[in-house]
Amino acid sequence: MGITQLLFWILTILTLGSALMVIFSKNPVHSILWLIVTFFSISGHYVLLNAQFLAIVNIIVYAGAIMVLFLFVVMLMNLNMPAAPLKKKWLKFAGVLSGGSLMLVLIAALKDTESMRREVLMQTGDIGLINSLGMVLFKDYILPFEISSVLFLSAMVGAVVIGKKT
Amino acid sequence: MTINHYIFLSVALFCIGIIGVLTRRNVIIIFMCVELMLNAVNLLLVAFSKMHYLAASTFDAATKAGTDAQLFVFFIMVVAAAEVSVGLAIIVMMYRNTHSIDVNFLNRLKH
Repeated sequence: MGITQLLFWILTILTLGSALMVIFSKNPVHSILWLIVTFFSISGHYVLLNAQFLAIVNIIVYAGAIMVLFLFVVMLMNLNMPAAPLKKKWLKFAGVLSGGSLMLVLIAALKDTESMRREVLMQTGDIGLINSLGMVLFKDYILPFEISSVLFLSAMVGAVVIGKKT
Repeated sequence: MTINHYIFLSVALFCIGIIGVLTRRNVIIIFMCVELMLNAVNLLLVAFSKMHYLAASTFDAATKAGTDAQLFVFFIMVVAAAEVSVGLAIIVMMYRNTHSIDVNFLNRLKH
């Protein structure tokens, strides 16, 4: 087992464990901090796949901007009280059961497909570098790029309009 | 690493997100689980792009196959950032009106 495999398994355990801690911790602030750990380990997976641009963007956008926004909302509005256990037990059990059976069905359906043994190129290959991505982004995908800037403008205006005091 | 490791990892991450949406009632945690599902899909797209690149680069060393998938991941992140800003504004407004972030307070359409 090489160093790449070892890093893959460590990052996988870290990702799944912190994702489980997100949904099982009582305090919302702890959930947010565990979600930041999840995003960092997903960025580690991107680095392992040599998608360096996406790794950096994932850290900056998700762990840097989005999670800080979540923390701001939770802490400024003082929402970090532990959740009251009002929900019926069988409803929680049904949720876990349906999610687990979805996972079972997906894995059982995908387990024996033909292309499952194909290799993924790790550590090398330059399509994930910002050079090649930028060439394609500003040549072939220039229209979606500009449309996404309009989307950002409308989202900003929408957030201000919704969030201001009436 | 073969592709099935990444598929199983993404399926597990996606189902953890679904379990979180179904079992938790705090609307902020439900929103975070949606982000978790988006990230599972992103990871799978990047893994498939590298698989496709490896298959194409055996015939042509200077191929650009797989670049599109990584740009799709980039656009998914863009849309997720816009979604989070509007969604958190909606949560703030909901808290201001109902003084609760429990989704069960939002069942007025039922009655």
